[in-house]
Amino acid sequence: MRAAVVVFPGSNCDRDLAVALKEAGADVQMVWHKDTSLPEGIDFVGVPGGFSFGDYLRCGAIAAQSPICRSVVDFANKGGYVFGVCNGFQILAETGLLPGALLRNAGLKYICRQVPLTVQTTDSAFTQNYTQGQSITVPIAHHDGNYNADADTVARLQGEDRVAFTYGDNPNGSVADIAGILSENRRVLGMMPHPERAADENHGGTDGTALFRALVDTVVSA
Amino acid sequence: MQEPAITEDLIAAHGLSPSEYDRILEIIGREPTFTELGIFSAMWNEHCSYKSSKKWLRTLPTEGPQVICGPGENAGIVDIGDGQCVVFKMESHNHPSYIEPYQGAATGVGGILRDVFTMGARPIAAMNSLSFGAPDHHKTKQLVNGVVEGVGGYGNCFGVPTVGGEVRFHPAYNGNCLVNAFAAGLADSDKIFYSAASGVGMPVVYLGAKTGRDGVGGATMASAEFDDTIEEKRPTVQVGDPFTEKRLMEATLELMATGAVISIQDMGAAGLTCSAVEMGDKGGLGVKLNLEDVPQREENMTAYEMMLSESQERMLMVLNPELEAEARAVFVKWDLDFAIVGETIAEDRFLILHNGDVKADLPLATLSGSAPEYDRPWVETPAAEPLTDADVPQIDPIDGLKALINTANYGAKQWVYEQYDTTVMADSMQTPGMGSGVIRVHGTEKALAFTSDVTPRYVKANPVEGGKQAVAEAYRNLISVGAVPLATTDNMNFGNPEKPEIMGQFVGAIKGIGEAVSALDMPIVSGNVSLYNETDGKGILPTPTIGAVGLIKNADDAILGEAREGHVALLIGETAGHLGQSALLAEVFNREDGDAPAVDLAEEKRNGDFISANREMIKACSDLSDGGLALAAFEMAENAGVGVSLDTADTQQLFGEDQARYLVACNFDQAEALMIAAGQAGVTLSSVGTFGGDSVTMGGSTAPLADLSDIFRGSFEASVA
Repeated sequence: MRAAVVVFPGSNCDRDLAVALKEAGADVQMVWHKDTSLPEGIDFVGVPGGFSFGDYLRCGAIAAQSPICRSVVDFANKGGYVFGVCNGFQILAETGLLPGALLRNAGLKYICRQVPLTVQTTDSAFTQNYTQGQSITVPIAHHDGNYNADADTVARLQGEDRVAFTYGDNPNGSVADIAGILSENRRVLGMMPHPERAADENHGGTDGTALFRALVDTVVSA
Repeated sequence: MQEPAITEDLIAAHGLSPSEYDRILEIIGREPTFTELGIFSAMWNEHCSYKSSKKWLRTLPTEGPQVICGPGENAGIVDIGDGQCVVFKMESHNHPSYIEPYQGAATGVGGILRDVFTMGARPIAAMNSLSFGAPDHHKTKQLVNGVVEGVGGYGNCFGVPTVGGEVRFHPAYNGNCLVNAFAAGLADSDKIFYSAASGVGMPVVYLGAKTGRDGVGGATMASAEFDDTIEEKRPTVQVGDPFTEKRLMEATLELMATGAVISIQDMGAAGLTCSAVEMGDKGGLGVKLNLEDVPQREENMTAYEMMLSESQERMLMVLNPELEAEARAVFVKWDLDFAIVGETIAEDRFLILHNGDVKADLPLATLSGSAPEYDRPWVETPAAEPLTDADVPQIDPIDGLKALINTANYGAKQWVYEQYDTTVMADSMQTPGMGSGVIRVHGTEKALAFTSDVTPRYVKANPVEGGKQAVAEAYRNLISVGAVPLATTDNMNFGNPEKPEIMGQFVGAIKGIGEAVSALDMPIVSGNVSLYNETDGKGILPTPTIGAVGLIKNADDAILGEAREGHVALLIGETAGHLGQSALLAEVFNREDGDAPAVDLAEEKRNGDFISANREMIKACSDLSDGGLALAAFEMAENAGVGVSLDTADTQQLFGEDQARYLVACNFDQAEALMIAAGQAGVTLSSVGTFGGDSVTMGGSTAPLADLSDIFRGSFEASVA
């Protein structure tokens, strides 16, 4: 799998995401936010966590307008695989690739801790190596991870089996405990928890490893 | 614009004494300009000049084969093998944090991160040691919330994991909270950058954010006591922008890789003044600045304001002129200011021009080197009265433990550290909560351990033993995770040094710290002094915070396990049952009586070496400090979610705070082997109980672990959040 990881000036999980992808066997290139196109022959785009442009305004709002994001949206619209983690999820929501928005945590505080997640669907390139209903432990680290969408959108996400992960013990007030969602074509995943911080036994466990392995397996054979 | 006339009031408002002003007249042979007065005030205030402390700081051991760079640069540098080094320092931001908690704490974190990456190191770990007033004092909640949010707001956005720290409460901090921020970075030993300028006619380049009026006079403010005019000082606090700092770090590291940097210095306290003087002085050169070229955020800024501004996220660099285009391109890429604002000159002059007018013309070496130095009078702290046998309280052990963990000081601190990103960079092997933080050295087999420690109650009762104890506890915390202690940074927070008894605390603590770092081979490589932590004449507890770093050569050797059902609880070290100045006495009996526990440095070393030599047999290890055996055993059990049963119910045995002790969990066979090894090494080791079940038992007294855990996890938030 040939992966690109987008780097905004305030990204700070770009290296972590690249390391997890490489460990799983991907060939990874970093792509600067001022670039106007993705490298040739890319199979997958990762949008990492961090504070893309400081996030002094709505998180991800400025990043979504950056030159590279237009290419990422085109890439996704042509059926490309895109994965947004934390700030990356916020950015994907701002671009409209995923529905809903990430509001300030219900407790109004930043939260960094290991949280239990439930795998809600195995029907995606990202989640196929888990089992339905499996509980995994992955860290969160965010101030604005409170997923919100109107009731119709939530019902649609649930009806179309597009909720990828839910929180076991909702830490941030997200509607329907939603921690991660898929796009309609199931090739774009956005999630607040950080699986790239759970892909090494010496650091936060290995419950995230299956996601990266599954991606590398699928996208290679595609 | 007409500059104000130099009057007695103006001189006093700059924190300069009449004798210091006479000295200025002597040096320059004329009346200083307004800008020059500001420059002298910035260079000579306590915060920048260390004028009260220098004499004593010189006595600290700062050398060792592991030390690449000791105190005097932006941060200390220590070798960790394979051509790599760790760069670290701790620095206070106490006064600003009390005035404006969020921004004060945030810019404290920003300042220390800048100190580290200025030397060419990428920050990999942060810690913070926080001291607040009594939980029920009316300012405390606001300060705790603001400071914690500020620390998190800056570090989280910048993207450095916070791996440890301390939070304490005591009424002595009611009028002066302490915010001590630590940062460590990783660099290649042959790619370190220093501040000494070299070469005449080299461009002096301004990097980073624009200069505004924020923080003008901040360093002078930080060198004065507080009184009821404190609210008026709010405009001297700077405002932080972690997003710009992150870009400045990336751009600086990228710039360094181009070979364009001759020397570099961050702009911290007294901004442009201190950084330019430092670079010139260390390189034996003069510096000329043209202030109209300084990137400015506000209109009509004066020379005085620009020279004293403490706007954040700025650096000054001497550039290799042949690589100007490459250097400029890096800063354009990161959308940061890059401006040539002056040059190095051969004469010993600090020449400040603004639109062609000479605003300051001072002898640079003299300005830097002639800061006053005081040998302040001091009196030794009177020996504390030891507790008599009749004076030692007895308490049911479970009641004692419950009371202790139900306080803001000894309750769990997850409310604090969950607001910090502890796992960014994906190398955190141990996050806050239990002993030292441990970070893997990215892409290698190595790991580094970090801890920050001090017990101010001890230092107040007995500055020498208290100073030693702060180092010894840091040493034990590093040993407990399987690390070899490498070196230390000290952040000395004290009251008004013009009072002989406060100066006596400082002198005593330095003596104790010096003896301990020498005996335990962890030299001081960097540090910071914060004096005048007083409000309306009332000083803080003497708080010499020790930040320490240890190396784990192979991360697999780290002791990061948990106690398990059936593990034996072994106590290493001698227990006499010292309750003087203990947590139990202070928190439960409301008495700060007795002497601090004595620290036997030879025993510390012997016991530490024993643990290092036998670490394969040790599953989990914790040092014993505040709260003694009872609190250490409970925390180890609670962290692992398993009960513990200790044989004794004796108050002194359980809550005594004798030093050089550790609690170890291991299986039965290993316990036997450890006992034999201890006998051979001359180390005191005894079996004190077992882990298992779902309750905490001490002698005949017992309580369900879950109930205690609820108290422990809820008390902090209930009392101060």
